[in-house]
Amino acid sequence: MNWDVMWDSLPELAEGALLTIELVAISGVLGLALAVPLALARVARPLWLRAGPFAYIFVFRGTPLLIQIFLVYYGASQFETVRESFLWPILREAYWCAIIAFTLNTAAYTAEILRGAIQAVPEGEVEAAKAIGMGRWMRLRRVVLPRAFRIALPAYSNEVILMLKGSALASTITLLDLTGVARTLIAKTYMPIELFLAAGLFYLLITGIILQGFRLVEKRVHGVGE
Amino acid sequence: MKTAMKMMFAGAVAALTISGPAAAEDTLRIGTEGAYPPFNQIGPDGELEGFDIDIANALCEEMDRNCEFVTQDWDGIIPGLLADKYDAIIASMSITPERDKAVDFTKRYYSNKLRFAAKKSSDIKPTKKSLEGKTIGAQRATISAQWLEENMGDIVEIKRYDTQENAFLELDSGRIDAVLADMLVAYEWLDSDAGSDYEFKGKAVYSGDKIAIAVKEGNNELRKEFNKAIKAIRKDGTYQEINEKYFPFDIY
Repeated sequence: MNWDVMWDSLPELAEGALLTIELVAISGVLGLALAVPLALARVARPLWLRAGPFAYIFVFRGTPLLIQIFLVYYGASQFETVRESFLWPILREAYWCAIIAFTLNTAAYTAEILRGAIQAVPEGEVEAAKAIGMGRWMRLRRVVLPRAFRIALPAYSNEVILMLKGSALASTITLLDLTGVARTLIAKTYMPIELFLAAGLFYLLITGIILQGFRLVEKRVHGVGE
Repeated sequence: MKTAMKMMFAGAVAALTISGPAAAEDTLRIGTEGAYPPFNQIGPDGELEGFDIDIANALCEEMDRNCEFVTQDWDGIIPGLLADKYDAIIASMSITPERDKAVDFTKRYYSNKLRFAAKKSSDIKPTKKSLEGKTIGAQRATISAQWLEENMGDIVEIKRYDTQENAFLELDSGRIDAVLADMLVAYEWLDSDAGSDYEFKGKAVYSGDKIAIAVKEGNNELRKEFNKAIKAIRKDGTYQEINEKYFPFDIY
């Protein structure tokens, strides 16, 4: 075990960790924003409304994230029309390709978590809201969604952590995220154990912070709710 | 059901005990990448093929050893050797001072140069002035990537790819302005349909690249055995025969 190599790699790994956090945070927020309407459409009664989200969730949960990233990064760029379109300045960048793939992926999982939570909102509460004359949107805004978010919270924290670890795949499309930096340093030093260990510690640290954050949120919403 | 499982388990244990240690002693395990045409790649039939593979097979025959190939992603190929996943690396590996510290090299089995390739319409030249501010692709953990870092690190953006093929693919998409690669690998790609719009730019920026077989540090016996075999296949014409299959000029 070469401790010097581990120690010397910390500043560069920290820089990679920042990119990792950035990727997870941005795609997490975008994914959540996308997941809410998806989940609502998914539980809607009309077939035309729920068929699309169902297919979307099925595809993105049913294929590996690595393949999704490769399709966005290497796949899209093979088409002349994409390269000439207004989207190219965005799709050209590995950074945005990663964000797009991660967002679409996490939106599918989160939508499914939310769908379960919406359906788990006790019938009685919805009935009560109806009884005091709340309209459909007010019911959704004041009763169903707040209740569903609370139910979904533990499962959602799990999804965020899974996405943190999935973000390591950004290194396969030239990004120097935590894993990307580790791999580049390994290419110079041939010390995979030291560097992967150091990178692993960074991931653990980030996971710890995420868990702590969710614990605080959970405490808060339960304090208000119950 | 239960007996069937028991029998299967017993069979598996027997197979492990019989073939395990014995095979590890007799068979020479050779690590290669399998994604570096025309030197080592997976062919349409799913089998490894290429110059490295042919040379490895010729050497094994010369040494009278039974050889088995293990494919391993490039950036883990030296760690794999150090972790005893195979006994030698025959994967177009250049001798560099850094690698020489981690492993031992045989004498060379071919030579190479580093050269830039870019679109035919591009007027890029391999000079600092021309490359300033450009984005250059190379395979991660290769001497091309290292050369870029050491010589152009402050003026170009370097993009590192997991395989050489992905770097060429990116030239096609226009995300990078040029690729720095082993000349012989680029030669094969430029010669193919995919590379028909591209060409070498300028002269080689680095020559004297020696490609050799890597063995674990201190494994002198195997290193010497390989050296002897390389000499032998050079002498009896086997090497030249393989060379001709891939390149119309001598690459030794």
